Amino acid sequence: MILSLFEWIEKSALGVSVNESLYAFALIESVHLLALAMLGGAVLIVDMRMLGLGLKRLPVAQVAKAARPWLIIGLIAIIATGFPLFASLAAGKYYVNAAFWWKMYFLAAATIYTFTVRQRVAMGDEVRASSGFGKLVALVSLFLWSGVGVMGRAIGFI
Amino acid sequence: MSILSTLQWLEATEFSTGIRESTYVWAYIDGIHVLGLCLFVGLTMFWDLRLLNVVMRRVPVSEIWNRMIPWMTIGFIIMLISGLGLFVSDPVRFYGNIIFRIKVVALALAALNALAFHYGIERKLLDWDTTPTTPTAAKVAGGLSITLWAAIIVAGRLIAYNWFEPLI
Repeated sequence: MILSLFEWIEKSALGVSVNESLYAFALIESVHLLALAMLGGAVLIVDMRMLGLGLKRLPVAQVAKAARPWLIIGLIAIIATGFPLFASLAAGKYYVNAAFWWKMYFLAAATIYTFTVRQRVAMGDEVRASSGFGKLVALVSLFLWSGVGVMGRAIGFI
Repeated sequence: MSILSTLQWLEATEFSTGIRESTYVWAYIDGIHVLGLCLFVGLTMFWDLRLLNVVMRRVPVSEIWNRMIPWMTIGFIIMLISGLGLFVSDPVRFYGNIIFRIKVVALALAALNALAFHYGIERKLLDWDTTPTTPTAAKVAGGLSITLWAAIIVAGRLIAYNWFEPLI
């Protein structure tokens, strides 16, 4: 079922054109990395603040509010560039690549967590946001997003 | 001793051979290089955006600078050490890669930009805390920094593709 969907994506105009181009994959991958830097920075600046590092004189909610547009732009850009990369070899490479699946699980968990739990804690009560509980919330965020990055890099090494 | 013969000597060292022939070491160093990218470029980008007067406009410039510079420095050291590790594993091949050379030139330009900032307008940084916007010179420094680091990331990724004949 999933395999046939992936095969269909790979044979789609998008998948075929990225796969057949000598430059498309590499250039899209470069923009994917730029988006990673933006997304990573936007995640880090808030998690660091909750851990009492970096912009520690500012309220957590203020840092989270300033980082939010860059978090959203980074996430949209990383998915928009990630999808054509995936489409080019959806069935042949990614379907059978364990690191790809782990990356998707981490990405789903990290995205949901960031826009629910972390968002609520960062924008909520200031004392709670920088308490031991806030630090735990930030550490989970760092773990989930690092998982996305590490598994993404691992795809190429499997 | 020429650059090439130095790099050939480096390539033959046990350290270089060890990374090159290991199944995992290269991958681990590259993984650190990618995570370090988020810390270094991600935070530097926020600083540059503050210089451009785009983010956290009401927060004094000096406050962001003082809190972020230690982390940008740590991020840079992680990038430098992991990057050197990757380079040392196959120095002759990197040296012959045109895109690697472009990356080195862009890195040198980013370093010049940072030095110009440090010895130039950084001294007046406290003055910007009380002005409604950052001066043009600060915006130029921030814009150049974002552009150069983006070029460095793109070049870094493209090194892996053999589109051009090796130069040596």
